[in-house]
Amino acid sequence: MSIENNILVKLNNVGFQQNQKWLVKGVSLQVEKGKIVTLIGPNGSGKSTTAKIALGLFKNIEGQVEKFTNNIGYVPQKISIDWTLPLRVRDFMLLTDNLTEDVIDEALSLTGVINLKDKSLGNLSGGEFQRVLLARAISKKPELLVLDEPVQGVDFTGEIALYELIKEISEKLNCGILLISHDLHTVMSATDHVVCLNGHVCCSGSPKEVAKNSQYKALFGEQAAQTLSIYEHKHDHVHTSDGDIKKN
Amino acid sequence: MFDDFFIRALVAGIGIAFVAGPLGCFVVWRRLSYFGDTLAHSALLGVTIAYSLEFNIAVSIFLISSAIALILIQLQKKTNLPSDALLGLLAHSSLAVGLVVIGFLTFIRFDIMGLLFGDILAVNKKDLVTIWVGGALILLVLRLIWKPLFASTVNYELAQAEGLNPDRAKAIFTILLAAIIAISIKLVGVLLITGMLIIPTAMARNLSDNPQKMVIFAIIGGLLSVFIGLFSSLEFNTPSGPSIIATALVLFIFSLLKVKQTIQLKN
Repeated sequence: MSIENNILVKLNNVGFQQNQKWLVKGVSLQVEKGKIVTLIGPNGSGKSTTAKIALGLFKNIEGQVEKFTNNIGYVPQKISIDWTLPLRVRDFMLLTDNLTEDVIDEALSLTGVINLKDKSLGNLSGGEFQRVLLARAISKKPELLVLDEPVQGVDFTGEIALYELIKEISEKLNCGILLISHDLHTVMSATDHVVCLNGHVCCSGSPKEVAKNSQYKALFGEQAAQTLSIYEHKHDHVHTSDGDIKKN
Repeated sequence: MFDDFFIRALVAGIGIAFVAGPLGCFVVWRRLSYFGDTLAHSALLGVTIAYSLEFNIAVSIFLISSAIALILIQLQKKTNLPSDALLGLLAHSSLAVGLVVIGFLTFIRFDIMGLLFGDILAVNKKDLVTIWVGGALILLVLRLIWKPLFASTVNYELAQAEGLNPDRAKAIFTILLAAIIAISIKLVGVLLITGMLIIPTAMARNLSDNPQKMVIFAIIGGLLSVFIGLFSSLEFNTPSGPSIIATALVLFIFSLLKVKQTIQLKN
């Protein structure tokens, strides 16, 4: 039934509490094939928690999670590699799946870090590491991608390129993406559906609808809503790396 | 050929080195060296129970170590004490209880030094079968749980999110740890088994840039330690366990030279 509806994961009124404190409560959302759902919200609003609930990482949750796929790629928000474990990028790519060299190369090329394949993971910069994380998550051609702030530490031009890549991947693989971002204006063009969280769902809808929502404005301020509308007109120009704006 | 006690010790040591290398890597990666120590200390209790009930030593050690691991998990859930305090509690109390029980078993003569530090003369033909068959089983099971165990060692949530089963892998790994302690206690001794697991591995870390290499170097380090250690044990009439571990230490010190070189190259 749900396969026909293209639903990959469905959260029905879920909540999670830790030490008698609700991290999130009453969240409902669904991710469908080929669609990108973005979670936004201030720090501590439960974005990562919601993603982890969707992934089935917590045991005692309120509400129901229905998952219709087991082929999942995940980019966690934080990951630290212990120095006692010697790990190259190529070893990391094989972490949860057995992939051929070609598949690894393709994924690393897509995110622009093929030259780092034999480098030790501990020697990468923050931005390089994020690109490797993203490459690893997409390499297994997942049906559902969960990306928790996937471009943190990546420079501005790279950020836009990576969001465009994410959009491209969702179309090419026809996979559903649950994306978490606090950085609104770069995400918006890629998103089909936005869920604005603040411990609960504060508002949701298309990027345009959310931007107009009064609760969204109250949470992020008039400025953010402005940024958003400016961004929607972005396609008539490009930002070059020296800071100039070129008209298309 | 296996009638010579020294050949038997050597064959036993080779078997143990092959198993200790890969398991030791996970002990180091997952920061379990004190946990391994606790299991090993409890092994003494297993030996005494085996003697008093005339039961197979390896099986008895394996059961007691597994029980201690289960008790630890329960204590971690039910008390507010930190893990290292709980490990210390279990390690020393099980060692103490083991020694007290030995005191009561006056009708059996125990070679306490042999139990604590290993005895080159103690390995019989039956032990060789236990070590090689048991060791092969341990390696086979480790091979089967390698992916989830390794992935969750790198990042638990990532492994779980992508459909692997880290909790099951962790539980099985604990059992494997109890098993290697059970098969290697005669040669290496209660107090030094963890050294056999972590010192060749520490040496291997200094020489490797990827996990597979580290496992292979850990095995090679273990084999060299067994060879040189046992020959010197024979030559100088020293206990086998300390001789093997001391050799491993020397190898580790040599491996530091390589680290120094790489650091200099980087600068």
